[in-house]
Order: sequence, then structure tokens, then C-alpha cells
Amino acid sequence: MARQFSVRRQTGFTAIAMMCFFALYLPIAVLVVYAFNAGTSLNTWEGFSLQWFVKAFENQQVIEASIRSLQIAVVAALVATAAATMAALATTRTEPYRGLTLKYAFINQPLMIPEIVTAVALLIFFSRIKVWTGYSGLGYLIAAHTAFCIPFAYLPIRARLENMDLTLERAAADLYATPWKTFRYVTLPLLWPGILAGLMLAFVISLDDVVITEFVKSAGQDTLPTYMLGQLRRAITPEMNAISTLFLLLSICIVTVFFFVNKKRI
Amino acid sequence: MSEAAEVIEAEARRDVRNRWLLSMPALLIILLAAAGPLLIVVVYSFLTPGPYGDVQWQPTLSGWVNVFLERDIFDETLSLADAHVSIFMRSVWLSLVTTVLTLLVGFPTAYFIATRPDNSRELWLFLITIPFWTNLLIRTFAILQIIRNEGLINTIMIKLGLFASPVQMLFTDGAILTGMVYVYLPLMVLPLYASMEKLDFRLLEAGYDLYATPFQVLRRIIVPLVKPGIIAGSILVFIPALGAYVTPSILGGGKNLMLGNLIELQFGQGRNWPLGAALSITLMLIVMVALLFYVRNAKGAGGRHG
Amino acid sequence: MKRIKTTLALAAALLASTGLAHAEGVLNIYNWGNYTSPEMIKKFEDQYKVKVTITDYDSNDTALAKVRQGGSGFDMVVPSQNYIPIWISEGLLLETDPGKMENFKNIADVWKDPEFDPGRKYTVPWAMGIVGTVVNTDVYNGDVNTWGIIFDTPAELKGKVNVVPEMNDVIDAAVLYNGGTKCTGDLTILKKVRDTLVKAKPDWVAMEYGTIEKMGSGDFSASSDWNGSAFRQRLANPKIKFGYPKEGFVNWSDNLAVLKDAANVENAKLFLNFMMDPENAGMNSSFHRYANGIAGSEAFMPADMKDAPEINIPAEFASKGVPSQTCPPEVQELYTKIWTELQK
Repeated sequence: MARQFSVRRQTGFTAIAMMCFFALYLPIAVLVVYAFNAGTSLNTWEGFSLQWFVKAFENQQVIEASIRSLQIAVVAALVATAAATMAALATTRTEPYRGLTLKYAFINQPLMIPEIVTAVALLIFFSRIKVWTGYSGLGYLIAAHTAFCIPFAYLPIRARLENMDLTLERAAADLYATPWKTFRYVTLPLLWPGILAGLMLAFVISLDDVVITEFVKSAGQDTLPTYMLGQLRRAITPEMNAISTLFLLLSICIVTVFFFVNKKRI
Repeated sequence: MSEAAEVIEAEARRDVRNRWLLSMPALLIILLAAAGPLLIVVVYSFLTPGPYGDVQWQPTLSGWVNVFLERDIFDETLSLADAHVSIFMRSVWLSLVTTVLTLLVGFPTAYFIATRPDNSRELWLFLITIPFWTNLLIRTFAILQIIRNEGLINTIMIKLGLFASPVQMLFTDGAILTGMVYVYLPLMVLPLYASMEKLDFRLLEAGYDLYATPFQVLRRIIVPLVKPGIIAGSILVFIPALGAYVTPSILGGGKNLMLGNLIELQFGQGRNWPLGAALSITLMLIVMVALLFYVRNAKGAGGRHG
Repeated sequence: MKRIKTTLALAAALLASTGLAHAEGVLNIYNWGNYTSPEMIKKFEDQYKVKVTITDYDSNDTALAKVRQGGSGFDMVVPSQNYIPIWISEGLLLETDPGKMENFKNIADVWKDPEFDPGRKYTVPWAMGIVGTVVNTDVYNGDVNTWGIIFDTPAELKGKVNVVPEMNDVIDAAVLYNGGTKCTGDLTILKKVRDTLVKAKPDWVAMEYGTIEKMGSGDFSASSDWNGSAFRQRLANPKIKFGYPKEGFVNWSDNLAVLKDAANVENAKLFLNFMMDPENAGMNSSFHRYANGIAGSEAFMPADMKDAPEINIPAEFASKGVPSQTCPPEVQELYTKIWTELQK
């Protein structure tokens, strides 16, 4: 044999894959590099500077939108994960029962309907409620975010549960542990990595949302993504690069944690 | 019925009831803030548009008629709603092309990752996951900066002397397409990888033993085996692409609309909520058809569940 | 158990903190994008200890639709004068009587009793300007004082022209270009208008609001635009020139008003009065670069505004301006239909 033959080899695949990774990261790299540009230009390097980061931190709108995004994401992710955990416990490790398929369909519904359709529905529905109740606070955004976060939180939790059999729980019950104690000291610790993964996934999904937030938000309720959408359509400055860079950093931190939590299978 | 059986049955009923109680919070939240309001959209699609947006509570079919037909402003003749139909066609076309392109790029990429040795495979997988977790808006912005008139591509091409002056790439269908391929690519690679990871490479060996060419191995062995991944990836790309709003609104310049933008327009400048509602439901129906297609084919592919 | 309790307590605290945005001393303004001086807002916040939020819109119709659906939570809005009668007749504005406020005396005489808001019962001037064209003369060196830039795009500009998607601006321009008068209901003219627009659209690159930055970056080489926006573009790139279309152009004004369902009426009234102060109005003009209708505000504007060609209409074009006004409903309905047809 002239050279080592591998059954796995397909001509050109490696080249395409390399180009793919290059194309995936090049735009992001350019975006990050120009966040540090001293000038306002996006195509000529005028020296290193942190001025755009300073500007972003001095921009009251950016700070407020960021805080609002985090508030919504934390609350929505916590509530969604709690609801998803219960739903996952209720839909796994059981014989099929009436309504189980319906439950699956319902829980995954936000994944199947295009976001714009849900956004339109919520715009109509919430605007009526806003008029009736006179309340136009963040509650609507939190409710909407919680709803579309549930299926994302549900996925890893359910996957984890399906890999856990009931032996340990049964043993605990045989030892006269109450259902709560069984859950608290047996199920929950085993399920924890799944819940953590679900929580992080829900958090990121909420943090990233543009469309539903754009339609549902009331006065002064811009989140960081909707603020950025407005800026991208109206007035782009390198400040946007700086904000994006920070946002990217946060996402990468979360993925890294997620990746290692998920890999560490017990 | 024996007493023991009765106890077991009562226990089972209690279990099902508890399971319903446990799933209630999730079901209620989704009913209230996602699924339920869809019914209101259906109702609104049959109402009369108000003069400056919103609706009047008079039932009419005009919202639905407007989806496909339009009345000429000047001679009152009814004709095919060219504007809407062309936007529908464009959306479906752009989404299909996006799906095909992501498949063409995503397939070799996923295969590349799946054939790495165990220790480096994690790293490649990690690299494809990062963009997946990164804000879609930021990724669209990154593309915007690359393709605009003073962006990287034009700057380099002009420096190399290949372009005499900046070539308009932003605000074209090509820009939307580039953006969507870029943004949705990870959605194609991940399910493809998931099914390739389970690929039994001894089958390839058997193929080569029978003097198959690499291309035959690819076409006759690999592709059929990873078909569930191909279908799942295609659905995961096609559905969000069809309803895309952010990418076309940033890269399309408000002139090259897709369905998502057309719908949004009806709730703002267009002042026609019933039409917007009818368009939303139409979009939902197309997605349902795509999903049914998926369910059918996923079953037909032999239900390889890992 | 303890950890769960801490988590719950934390979640409750977070939930509570999300309610803080609705504390007292807030003012929610809904305004055109890139149109409000941050320094001026800062001054108002410091002076009255009120927290101001600004939310952007990019067309009169969007603002009207969003507020009309109810529960928007906004306190103030800045509609154009041709939309103000609609806002009033739809019952969306609160009668705050700025005409009786302390600073009303500062409003220039011509703006004290406008047709769209007789006696200034609802509104206070924000800015006034002109709808014209803007061209990068590096790309096209011909006559910029014509709507032909938009509707019969010269070869150099084909595929490089943007149109700001403000319905009435675009249709008025096409009406004037076809020799009609503003608010015409003449069907032969309107048919020409529709055909002009449909024929011109393939030559446009985009229909976007954000011209200031995109003209500067070369993504657009020409656009329909407002004079203050053109002024800001010229400051960034001296080659950018504002055109006064010889076929006629519309003079408009945008006016600040309080919404009927405003939650912070007192703060809104403070802001109305604040905006009629020459120093504050001048500060705002230094940002958006339009005139503002407040006498004496020029003293607080940068020197380059005094002789700017965008602000001072050249004598030869002075007679070409027509005031913006609300068209009769049946005409407006035709305009909306033409506009819808254009949104392909």
C-alpha cells in the first residue's frame, strides 16, 4: 500500500470542514477585533483602544437594557426550569397513559411554532390584558420568556431522567423514606446535572430572544437584544462591536460550563 | 377483581393524577403565554381592520381573501395578490436554498468531527457549539460588517484589484441567504453529528472490501445510515428560516421582505391586523406540513433511536 | 433544603426588583430614533429628579399603531403635524394646554397657533424641517434638486438609492413629481403616482430609516431624507449634499404631546414646559440639527447651524415649499393602498 488507507476518508471533506470553521469564526473575529479599534472605521485599523467599551459602560440605555435582560433571563430560567423539572418527572419513567402524547406536544409547542407567530399572538393577547388591567410591567415579558424557555429546559432534564432507572428510588421507599425525602436525597442529586444544563440552556435562550420581546415590550422595556436591533437598523457605531464582544464573552463562558457539566456523566 | 389488583389499580390512578398535577405549571404557563393566544390570532384573522391598526369586531373574510387576492386600487378588478404570493415564494425559496446549502457544508463538517479521534473530537464539537449558543443578532451583525460596502470583503477585493468599486452585497437576497446559512449552520451540523457518531464504520470497510469507490460508500452506505440526521437537520433549519425576522430585517434593508417581515409590517405601518393574523396562520400551516413530512420520514427511516 | 430556600429567596428578590422600573419619578418617551439629545435628557433628569426612558420608532404609522393598541405604557410621543389631527380625533392625546404654560412665550410667533393644533392645546414644537433628497456627490455629480434622484434614478445611482419608508413623505414626493398638489384625490394623478413608485422601486437598494450612518459608510449613495439628517451626514462627509426638489417639497414639523393614558402626567407636563425653554431646545437642535421653533434658541446652537445650507432655504427654492397637512380620510385611504402595493 502506497499510503495508509482509511475507510473513514472522504475526499474534500476535511477541506470543506476547515473552510466551514474558518467561515464561522472569521466574521465573529472581525467583529471582536474592531471593538478595540481606536477610530470609528470598520475597515481600517487605527490603533488599539478601549474607548468603545468605556462608551458602552457610560451609556445609560445599554446598562439598563443589560440589567433588564439579566433580570428577565434569571427569573424566566428559574421558573421555566422548575416547571420543566416537574413536567419531566411527570412524563418519564412511566407506562404510557392517556394524555401523555398531548403533554409532549404541548410542552414542545413553542419549539414548533415560528417565533414570529407566537410574537403576534402575544402582542394581541397582552395588549388586551394591558388595557383591562392597566398593568404594563415586566411581568408580560417574563411570562412569555418562561413559556418559550420551558421546552429548552425540559430537553436535557428529560434526557437525564430517561437514563436513570427507578431502582434507587424504590430502595429508598423500601427504607420508609417519604416521597419528598426520596426526591430530595435520591432523585434530585442524580438529576442535578440535567437540571443545571436545562437552567443554562433556558437562560441563554431567554437572553438571546429578540422577536417575541420586540413585540411584547412596553415603554422603556428594551432588553439588550431589542436595543441592539434598533441600533443596527438606525445607527451603527463600534460601540455595538464592544457590546457584542461582551455579550459573546458571557455566552462563551456559559457554553463552556454547559459543555463540561454535560460531558461529566455519572 | 381481587383486592390486590384493586390496590394496584388505585395506585396507578393516583400515579397518573399526581403526574398531571406535576405537569400542570408547565402546561399552564405554555397555555397562557404561548399556545392559548394562538386561538386569538385565528379569531382576529376573521375581523375587519381598524382604520389605524387594531380591529373592529365585525366578522369578514377579507383578511383571508387578502392573503392571496388583491383588488386593484383604480379599476377595482380582483387579481392574484402578486405582492404576497411573491413574498411567500421568496421565503420558501430562500429557506429551501438555505437548507440545501447548510446541508452541503454541514454534512462534510459533521462527518469530519465524527471521524476525529476521541480526544480531539470534543474540541471540534465545542467549536461548533459556541456559535450555536451565541446570540443570533450578534452573528447577523457580524455578517453585516463583513459584506457591507466598506466591509472586509469589498476592502480586500478592492486592494487586490479584483473590484474597481465596492460591490453592493448588503440589502440583497444574496445577503439574506448568506446571513441565514451562517446563522443556521450549527442547527444542521449538530443533528448530523449525532447520527454520524453512532455510525458503524465496519460497514464502510465491508463496502470497500466489495470494491466500492469512496463516493459509492458515501452514497450507498453513509447517507442512508445518517438519513434521520439529515431530515432532522433540514427541519431544524427550514422552519426557523421560513419564519426568519431578524436576519432579513437587518440584511434585507426593508425592501427584500420575507414572510416574517411582511407579517410584522401589517401590525405597524400596514395597519391591517386581520391580514397579519391570516398570514401568521398560513405560515404556521406551512410549518405543520413540513413537520408532518418530518414525522412520516423519520418513521420511514427505520426509527433509529440511539 | 437550605440551598433551595436561598434560591427561592433570591428568586423572590429578583422578581421584586423587576417591579422597580415602575417607581415614582419616571417619564417614558416614545420618539423617532436618533432624535433626542442625550445631554438634554440628562439635564432634565438632574433638574427634576425624574428617570427618562426613550423608546424609538421609525414611522408615524408604527407609532400610531403601537399606541392605539393600548397599554403601551408611554407618556409622551412626537408625531408629525399631519398626524396630529388623527391622534387628537382618535382620542389618544391629553389636553395639557401648553398654551397656558410658563415658557409658552418663547415659542416663535408663527408656531404659536398652528392649524394642526389651534391654540396649542396639546402640543409643543420639537423640530421642523424639509423632506428632500440627499446625494453623495462623489458618486453622482448632477442636479440633486429634483425628485428624479428617487423616481428616475440616474444611472450612477441605480441600486444605491435608499428611500426612508415614511408613507406620506414618499407619496407626497411622488405626487409633486407628477405635477399634482398635496393631498390630491385626482385618480389620474394617483395612478401615475403608483406607476412611478412601482417602476422606481427596483432601482432602490433599501427602504430604511437609518440614513445618517449608512450614507456616511457608503452603503447608500443617495436617499430621500430630512434636512437635519442630511446636515449630520455632511458634517461626517462634506461630499454629501442636501437637495431641495424643484418639483416641490413638504415642510413639516414634529410636535411633542402627552398621551391620554399616560401614567406620569405631571412629569410629562414638566417636560413640555422644559422643551419650550430656549436653552433646552437649542441643546436638542445641536443634536438633531433641525430648527425647533423656539425663539432665542439659536443662541445655544453651534455656529455652523447659522449658515448651514440645509437649514437656510436658498431663495430660488423658497417658493417651492408646501406645508404638511392632514389629507381627507378618503384620500388617505388611497395613499395607504398605494403604499401597501409598494411593499412587495
